[in-house]
Amino acid sequence: MHDPSAIVGSVILFVFILAAILAPWIAPQNPYDLEKLSLDNFLTPPIWMEDGEAPYLLGTDDQGRGILSTIIYGCRTSLIVGFGVVLIAGTFGIIMGLLAGYYGGWLDALMMRLADTFFSFSTTLMAFLMLGIFGPRGVFIVIIAICIADWVRYARTMRGSVLEVKEEAYIMAAKATGAGDLRLLLRHLLPNAIPPIFVVVAVDLAVVIMLEATLSFLGVGVPINEPSLGMMIAIGRNYIYAGMWWMIVFPGAALVFLVVGINLFADWLREELNPKIERRA
Amino acid sequence: MATYIARRLFQGLVVILAVSMICFFIFRYMGDPVVTMAGRYATFQEREEVRRSLGLDKPIHVQYARFLWNAAHGNFGKSYVSRISALGLILERFPATFELATTALCMAFCIGVGLGVVVALKPYAARNRLIMAGSLGGISIPTFLTGILLIMVFAVYLGILPPFGRGETVQVGFWRTGFLTLDGIKHVILPAFTLAMYQLAVLLRLTRAGMREVLTEEYIKTAWAKGLPPRKVIFKHALRNVMIPVVTITGLQFGELIAYAIVTETIFQWPGMGNLLLTSMYESDRPIVVTYVMLTALIIVTLNIIVDILYALINPKIRYG
Repeated sequence: MHDPSAIVGSVILFVFILAAILAPWIAPQNPYDLEKLSLDNFLTPPIWMEDGEAPYLLGTDDQGRGILSTIIYGCRTSLIVGFGVVLIAGTFGIIMGLLAGYYGGWLDALMMRLADTFFSFSTTLMAFLMLGIFGPRGVFIVIIAICIADWVRYARTMRGSVLEVKEEAYIMAAKATGAGDLRLLLRHLLPNAIPPIFVVVAVDLAVVIMLEATLSFLGVGVPINEPSLGMMIAIGRNYIYAGMWWMIVFPGAALVFLVVGINLFADWLREELNPKIERRA
Repeated sequence: MATYIARRLFQGLVVILAVSMICFFIFRYMGDPVVTMAGRYATFQEREEVRRSLGLDKPIHVQYARFLWNAAHGNFGKSYVSRISALGLILERFPATFELATTALCMAFCIGVGLGVVVALKPYAARNRLIMAGSLGGISIPTFLTGILLIMVFAVYLGILPPFGRGETVQVGFWRTGFLTLDGIKHVILPAFTLAMYQLAVLLRLTRAGMREVLTEEYIKTAWAKGLPPRKVIFKHALRNVMIPVVTITGLQFGELIAYAIVTETIFQWPGMGNLLLTSMYESDRPIVVTYVMLTALIIVTLNIIVDILYALINPKIRYG
């Protein structure tokens, strides 16, 4: 890894993951512990401004929750949703792509048509409609709603990769030695066909984190008693005209930083895995 | 080709039927329509009356057939809130959404593809690295945040552009347009740019990647060697080959555009279909939601079929039996 942007990306991602795991210890306040909230501290500006108060480095929102603490907990939700979707949609998509690519025939035809349909409706629209109709019910439901259309990205990439690998000589050789379907799929096809999936994972992580924020912003994502960057911005939106910029700018910056970090990493991965592009020495 | 089109149309029909079935179940089983229609304090007889008038006493397949029949005739029932025909209410909002989406699409396409070409020609120039960094920002800022930041800067602090609404509009026949007044055009700038932002960045990156691959091909070298002017090599030989995937992706990402239009319309209180959908969801106004979903499905499926057929016509490499 010599590319500076890849290093920056990985460092950003690492810091966010660390902060999310250590949230209860590093956050100055637990913004969702009702006993520790005090409405007296509502709408406090950041500490370096006039009227700023001690534990609230970046100010507070309209319920007296510290912005910094809420951001740390909100990033936790973002990452849980992001990795949750990648894990569930990824596993399902990889299995579907593997089977469709290997067996072909009606299974392949059916899956590809299904994939086309979900793709054209788009993950965003499907998740929004699902959650809009059934209402916000918690982080797990958000993950499932996003997965409904998101697995298609993985299935398509995996299928394409399997179709290519299937023609290689070593697969023929394995077949000739009498390897069964299961052995061929798991021992030979899966490990050799999976590299392109890594780029999809990285890109998808960024897309899903933005999607969760969008859904929560619209009020159909995580419920209001759970932290989310999107919801923080939705609350801050009510105070734009009052000049209380800190309720939007800080959570927005955190979200963009996180996504930029992941995208930098994804870009590096894509160039690294693509032999077609000439790199300058 | 004819069989291909016929098969594609049939598949489209299957998708529409599947969507209609989901809509029917949403309609039927999400809450009790009888209570909604008759009111909470209706007597047993009154409820039975409503149940009969809605046809809810019939077996389920008869109800579904009836739903389909009505839907095919554009009859999705009346909005629970305003008691106006749901389809009429949505179609009235259509021009606003259409104008916003087409403005955004034009912006994204012209700026995105244009900058993509510029960047691909000299990928390591300082200015172009800056553009690429900007495009990374473009795909990393969610649409809702772009919108809010634009409002903050241009409407709240600078005060040069209006923060919400559609401004002054003019009725032309059945179409209400905002393009004919200065006020209307001022109102469309911020929302259209918000909606365009993400797609602009995606198109830029796609064009750049495509151009970089194509520019190393033999036939481009031949074109340069023949002494063709750069304008011809770049636009006629290189860009045309890059455009096929770019146009296909734009066509296929229509669902994404609709989804982000909902977000943009909400932020700018743009009086379009997406804004109506979100309000109807909060109010559990099911006829509106169902009509919106069916209409969107119809538009997306039709567009997909058109893109697929055009693609098959343009690209001689693809043969469909």
